[in-house]
Amino acid sequence: MRVTTTELFRAEGLGKTYPGVRANDDVSFSVRPGEIHALLGENGAGKSTLVKMIYGLVRPDAGRMRLGGAAHAPADPRAARAAGVGMVFQHFSLFDALSVAENVALGMDAPPPRRQLPPRIAEVSAAYGLPLDPARRIAGLSAGERQRVEIVRCLLGEPRLLIMDEPTSVLTPQEAEILFATLRKLAARGTAVLYISHKLDEIRTHCDRATILRQGRVVGTVSPGEHTARALAAMMVGAEMRPVDRSGRQAGDAVLVVRGLTSAPGHAGTALRDVGFAVRAGEILGIGGVAGNGQEELIAALSGETAGRPGTVLLSGADLSALGPEPRRRAGLLAAPEDRLGHAAVPEMSLTDNALLTGATRQRLAPRGVIDHAAARAFARRIIAAFDVRTPGPGTPAASLSGGNLQKFVIGREILQDPRALVVNQPTWGVDAGAAAAIRQALLDLARRGAAVVVISQDLDELLELSDRFAALNAGRLSAPVPTEGLTIERIGLMLGGAHGMEVAHVAA
Amino acid sequence: MLRLEPRPAAPAWLELATPVMAVIATMIAGGVLFALMGFDPVAAVRTIFWDPLFGPAASYSRPQLLVKAGPLILIACGLAVGFRAGIWNIGAEGQYIVGGLCGAAVALAAYPAEGAWIFPAMVLAGAAGGWAWGMIPAMLRNWFGASEILVSLMLVYVAQRLAAWMAFGPMRNPEGFGMPGSRNLQQYPSAANPELVAGTGAHWGVVAAALAVVATWFLMSRHIRGFHIRAAGLAPRAARFAGVSPAALVAFCLGLSGALAGMAGLFEVAGPGGQIIDSFGSGYGFTAIIVAFLGRLHPLGILLAGLLLALTYIGGELAQLTLQLPAATVQVFQGMLLFFLLAFDTLTRFRIRSARAMA
Repeated sequence: MRVTTTELFRAEGLGKTYPGVRANDDVSFSVRPGEIHALLGENGAGKSTLVKMIYGLVRPDAGRMRLGGAAHAPADPRAARAAGVGMVFQHFSLFDALSVAENVALGMDAPPPRRQLPPRIAEVSAAYGLPLDPARRIAGLSAGERQRVEIVRCLLGEPRLLIMDEPTSVLTPQEAEILFATLRKLAARGTAVLYISHKLDEIRTHCDRATILRQGRVVGTVSPGEHTARALAAMMVGAEMRPVDRSGRQAGDAVLVVRGLTSAPGHAGTALRDVGFAVRAGEILGIGGVAGNGQEELIAALSGETAGRPGTVLLSGADLSALGPEPRRRAGLLAAPEDRLGHAAVPEMSLTDNALLTGATRQRLAPRGVIDHAAARAFARRIIAAFDVRTPGPGTPAASLSGGNLQKFVIGREILQDPRALVVNQPTWGVDAGAAAAIRQALLDLARRGAAVVVISQDLDELLELSDRFAALNAGRLSAPVPTEGLTIERIGLMLGGAHGMEVAHVAA
Repeated sequence: MLRLEPRPAAPAWLELATPVMAVIATMIAGGVLFALMGFDPVAAVRTIFWDPLFGPAASYSRPQLLVKAGPLILIACGLAVGFRAGIWNIGAEGQYIVGGLCGAAVALAAYPAEGAWIFPAMVLAGAAGGWAWGMIPAMLRNWFGASEILVSLMLVYVAQRLAAWMAFGPMRNPEGFGMPGSRNLQQYPSAANPELVAGTGAHWGVVAAALAVVATWFLMSRHIRGFHIRAAGLAPRAARFAGVSPAALVAFCLGLSGALAGMAGLFEVAGPGGQIIDSFGSGYGFTAIIVAFLGRLHPLGILLAGLLLALTYIGGELAQLTLQLPAATVQVFQGMLLFFLLAFDTLTRFRIRSARAMA
């Protein structure tokens, strides 16, 4: 058949059902050799399930796959690798204490003898423009360099189909450019790349074709360059996107002032070093940076989970540095951490109880310590109604809500408490486009009512869309905030420390 | 190789059904065990679970039910609060002993004075003693990160040695002709903890247990602190974000369960026990752990579970007398109960798969 010569991989009618969710439904698409093929879709659209089936982590319960003309039904990832499928995960599985070469060897099914490995790593990394020193320890590497270790490990297995799961989410713009140059070289040598992302611009520039998934089904396969980002988003969401309304805000006096904030490293391991900024009433300050550069520590220091030295955190002139979360809430400084399940909310508890979790003081839900369950339920209902949280009711456990709905709930819970200053970390992480737009608009509306808002995010587009001023958090240090207007992605990339490893890359490329 | 795989959703009624299933399974397994040992299984199970309440000698054994259930429920209420927060006080037995020693010390120091203040002072001293013994693992955990499970358990053995030393040394009855053991507090009216209503077995410890059930229920379902305790057990980071200080929580839970166990010890030494002897600890502190779990860490459940475990104590003694069953019967029964409870709990939450089928 002619088809087999122009197709490397084909999926026909793939289906997978989890309890209560049809994750994939009659999914069919094909990938040609030498193409960069994007899988595009919102969170929960079924992208991860689909690639897990290709990589042998999940078995489909309907349909079949073909790879290079032969039936492809891997029982486990080892079988998938043997068939020529490689995968680079979003979260790395590397041992910090070991060297690059040792980590590569540990991840291979049939590692070559110790002495031959470093030269082969050097060879592959030179061939594909992936600067990497085999002798270095993982602990000292940046996120981009760690990702290169994973990629090199995959490439040593000489895959015909390389799957990459949201690879740029941990990279600075400059590091992302290096990655795309590598993917181009791979494609030129005939390797097919299956590229998962929801970043429309990078897919439009770098991918040959894109298969769009929505609610587990294929919406269509298109050439992304021929469509606007807006049109692609509309296909993903199934509706037109409405731009956010930034109007009507006036900056007032400084509300939240942070000075000389220094902290011990949290479990993520990055200490804050002399962080300082001031946010005025009605203003949104965006703090960008790759995760692990002190974001967790910063929000813990602002929410009161970790106490600071006197004079480091001030709200309208009052020193809150030594206070815990409850007194800070009473004063009007509220926070919404990144991790919804287990940090911002208790997964097993109902929405009513989760409304009580941070709303007890300001909403008077527990006068003199005795819980007013009816008032807590009413507060939960108010959040659900105001933020369009899709749930059967306030008695539903938090864990059974989708990520986007729970995020609307936890952000809404803080906004409805009328904070004087609100700090949010990754407010739309893992949230579908519709809910993300609603959350962003709610943050802008809060600022319009005169609150000072700090948005910590890895999503640069989000920060450019929302914030009046922008600062970068890198290795625990915060750059001086600059006005967002007129700021380019390149400039931001440099502020984020994107120059890391750049010189080597140019030499290699 | 077998492995456990989480079930998608366990129905809510199983939460209540598993303790009942565990009791039935214990009766069956116990019956099989007795049959293998050559006893009539039906008679043995009836002697343990039925005769103490409705048998021929029930009028003697029935009051014992409250006498045994009182300390179990009082201790288990405190333990359950900590268990909900994920703070594992395994050493209630030690806090019980030290509480008894401290309460008795007040009485022995006051002897032979009479006064209405003596008994309340003993209760306070008992609670304070248990609290202090519980604060040792709390402080070691907060300051040095030591496991409260190990420290509290090891302190049980320290407390047992302490009780033996007291019984032979400082607290020995000067008029006891050199016999070990303190004065009998039942014969000291101001310090005695008598049966309040004749024939019921109810003493002040039973009243305290009833109050503890109500107070624990209020704390855990109506008060913001109980809410924070539950949140800390389910998601420690979320509780911290809500404003709960982990160190304060550890001190509160170990202090509370220690104080309740100490009070139970005092009520025992001033009442049914009567005196400090070297074997003062009688295992209530350990059995209360079973009571807490069998009662699903809920005050009402603890009330029922306390009565049931008290029944196995009395029934076990009865079976020793009438059927000559070995003395270890009670412990075997209690152990089986916990085992079956944990097994049924695991099987409702997980299913067993062979590893090969998983691949």
